[in-house]
Amino acid sequence: MLKTVEKLIIKWKSILPNSLRSLATTTTIDERELKNFEKHSESWWDQSNEGNALHSMNFLRVPFIRDGLIDTCLVNEKYRDTAVPLTGLKILDVGCGGGYLSEPLARLGGEVVGIDASNNLVTIAREHAGKDKTLNNLTYMVSSIEDFSSKNLEIFDAVVASEVIEHVNDQSRFVNECVKCLKPDGSIFLTTINKTFLSKLFAICVAETMGIVPVGTHEYDKFIEPHILQRMLEDSNCCTRIIHGMFYNYLTNNWSWVSDTSICYATHAVKVSS
Amino acid sequence: MLNAVLRKSFSKSACRRFASSTSLSSENHYDIIVAGGGMVGSTLACTLSKNPILSNRKILLLEASKEFNWKPTEKYSNRVVALNPNTRKLFEKIGFWKHIENVRYSPVCKIQAWDALSESMISFDSNNHVDEVAYIVENSLILYAANIENQSLHNLNIINDAKIKSCNLAIHEDEEIQVELENGASYTCELLLGCDGVNSKVREAMGVQYVGWNYKQMGLVATLNLSEDTEENRIAWQRYIPTGTIALLPLNTKQSSLVWCNTNENIKQLLKLSPEQFVDELNSALWKQYEKNDIVNQATKCLGSILKTLDAPANIMQQLPPSICSIEESSRAAFPLGFGHAANYIRKGVALVGDAAHRVHPLGGQGVNLGFGDICSLDEILGNAAYSGRKLNNLLDLRKYETARQRHNVPTMLALDGLQKLYTTDFTPVVLLRSLGLQLTHALTPVKRAIIEQASH
Ligand SMILES: Cc1cc2nc3c(=O)[nH]c(=O)nc-3n(C[C@H](O)[C@H](O)[C@H](O)COP(=O)(O)OP(=O)(O)OC[C@H]3O[C@@H](n4cnc5c(N)ncnc54)[C@H](O)[C@@H]3O)c2cc1C
Ligand SMILES: C[S@@+](CC[C@H](N)C(=O)[O-])C[C@H]1O[C@@H](n2cnc3c(N)ncnc32)[C@H](O)[C@@H]1O
Repeated sequence: MLKTVEKLIIKWKSILPNSLRSLATTTTIDERELKNFEKHSESWWDQSNEGNALHSMNFLRVPFIRDGLIDTCLVNEKYRDTAVPLTGLKILDVGCGGGYLSEPLARLGGEVVGIDASNNLVTIAREHAGKDKTLNNLTYMVSSIEDFSSKNLEIFDAVVASEVIEHVNDQSRFVNECVKCLKPDGSIFLTTINKTFLSKLFAICVAETMGIVPVGTHEYDKFIEPHILQRMLEDSNCCTRIIHGMFYNYLTNNWSWVSDTSICYATHAVKVSS
Repeated sequence: MLNAVLRKSFSKSACRRFASSTSLSSENHYDIIVAGGGMVGSTLACTLSKNPILSNRKILLLEASKEFNWKPTEKYSNRVVALNPNTRKLFEKIGFWKHIENVRYSPVCKIQAWDALSESMISFDSNNHVDEVAYIVENSLILYAANIENQSLHNLNIINDAKIKSCNLAIHEDEEIQVELENGASYTCELLLGCDGVNSKVREAMGVQYVGWNYKQMGLVATLNLSEDTEENRIAWQRYIPTGTIALLPLNTKQSSLVWCNTNENIKQLLKLSPEQFVDELNSALWKQYEKNDIVNQATKCLGSILKTLDAPANIMQQLPPSICSIEESSRAAFPLGFGHAANYIRKGVALVGDAAHRVHPLGGQGVNLGFGDICSLDEILGNAAYSGRKLNNLLDLRKYETARQRHNVPTMLALDGLQKLYTTDFTPVVLLRSLGLQLTHALTPVKRAIIEQASH
């Protein structure tokens, strides 16, 4: 009896806020943010950009995603110790930008779909991937997450949104739309910036003056504390497995895992099967 | 619609494992080209081909010389190297060691070095003769083992008689690297690994700064027959004489291999001597009591007594080096010696490995071990890169290789170069210092351990 009531509550929770939200805002896309990204779109794959922070973040986030999928037993044993451990897994990269993260995930054997709200960036991503003929398991689309999720319910084994949630409108809806695309027991991986004094100092003041990111890339109000993000994930029926702090050393262009989450962090959550 | 896209690309993914070998337009394109199939190049090609993470990569090994068809004979080859324990570990992992074991190798338990101008002596052994500090193996036997293993690898293609004329290195990220041969053939790749030795073409194409000098010395090698059939021949001997060094590396209970470093003129003379005369010269160089310098002797004795009061092992029982009765027919040969180091080992899509990057004096028997150390590092770094979905030509990964190896190679090389300079002088203060140095290193176990450890990586 009690169980059914609980289930009902969970059901209501997931339906109710959603309908309310779609009344409040119609999209998770923030036009101002989008324009800002498009402004810098040409330089995305510049040779000199090989040393940029998003690019080198792959040294942390790709293994984070790969090992997360191994640990949650989604990776097929047969492929685990090969060059293509993600073979057979469908992965959605939300807010893929120029495809920094989509490409390595596809190289690891995943069936990757990258979506981004920016037409420019998707074109650039497509062009770049086209140069590597081995990347035939990577598709890009221009779409907002909400348009995409309505047509692709419970299709993906993993959804990735790296450095995106701090740029969207209505963050809890964004999480919810991402989770909709996930199969039960599938994994969602997010990386973003915490809302602390330190993050304001480093991610905005220092990063902008040192030229690590273009001016206006980040807006403090959209930064998000780990526990708030965890709550949003719970509300979308996901159970958080890991929250790791990430630290960027500007001088060596190296990222490392740290226990302190006060600037950047990565999280991995699993969709609970109902 | 997307579902259709997914399904379509899904069926493609079944062939993805071999995508790189099938989907690329040209059959002359490889993921990795290894330039030069000497000891380092052949071992590197095998190591990478056998790395399970890289097994879907197409690898090409280009070697200038004809096909290798040396078979082990009873007679030892005159070119041998002293492999360190880490190199043995690598050889066990990639399947070389079993072939070497089946033929022959000689373990060394102790390296004994002594200075001809003073009585000081230093010995390197690990935990008192229990473990082996080095293994003497013929160069050709290593190549023989590599050849057997490499034959069976489906993802490795070996081309002999393939002398590289020039390399066109990628300037732009997506441009491939092109390697052109003297015979007109040309190949492209994502990653080019230069293992083409001291006069590397790959290094030339990279245009990196290269620091090098000649020692105006040559190394003379020969296979020696010992006077007494010793029960055990497990000690590598190294004597410092004013004109250079003599090393005796054990082969079996009756034979040792010689590496005699001397001035160019002396070596030319030594090559001309009859075998009998040569043996006399060698024995006298090994046994000759050089006029010992009084000050030096006094000082070392004095230090000896101080060390004794400190309870440190001051004077080791002086074991005697073997004496030589004859040399194997026509086993004498000589090679120029030099020092060289490339300021950079890497560029986008290119890396130097082995003697192409660094050349050392054979004093410490380190030359090729440094190259095998490079291989272990590169194997790990490239494996990690591939397992994280990065392309193999990623500059950040290659830079990691460069940093790791230079951090190890440079101090070792400078130490060896310093040793060589130190030991080719009879200027008293230097002799004094070095003999005190020898005594001290002998007594100070931690220092010796550090030297052994540095030498075995
Ligand atoms: C007298 C002497 C004694 C030594 N003793 C020791 C010792 O005791 N212990 C030790 O560890 N080391 C020793 N060394 C050093 C050791 O021999 C070298 O470190 C080792 O051979 C290096 O191997 P490598 O494969 O890097 O280079 P190499 O052996 O020089 O191999 C280079 C290969 O590349 C090929 N090549 C070159 N140019 C081209 C081209 N343009 N196109 C295609 N192929 C090309 C060559 O044919 C060759 O096969 C000694 C060296 C000397 C001279
Ligand atoms: C900082 S970039 C991150 C790119 C990529 N994930 C990476 O880490 O390399 C953020 C991207 O999110 C996209 N984006 C922002 N809001 C979005 C939304 N609501 N739906 C889809 N994409 C969005 C932007 O266009 C931009 O390309």
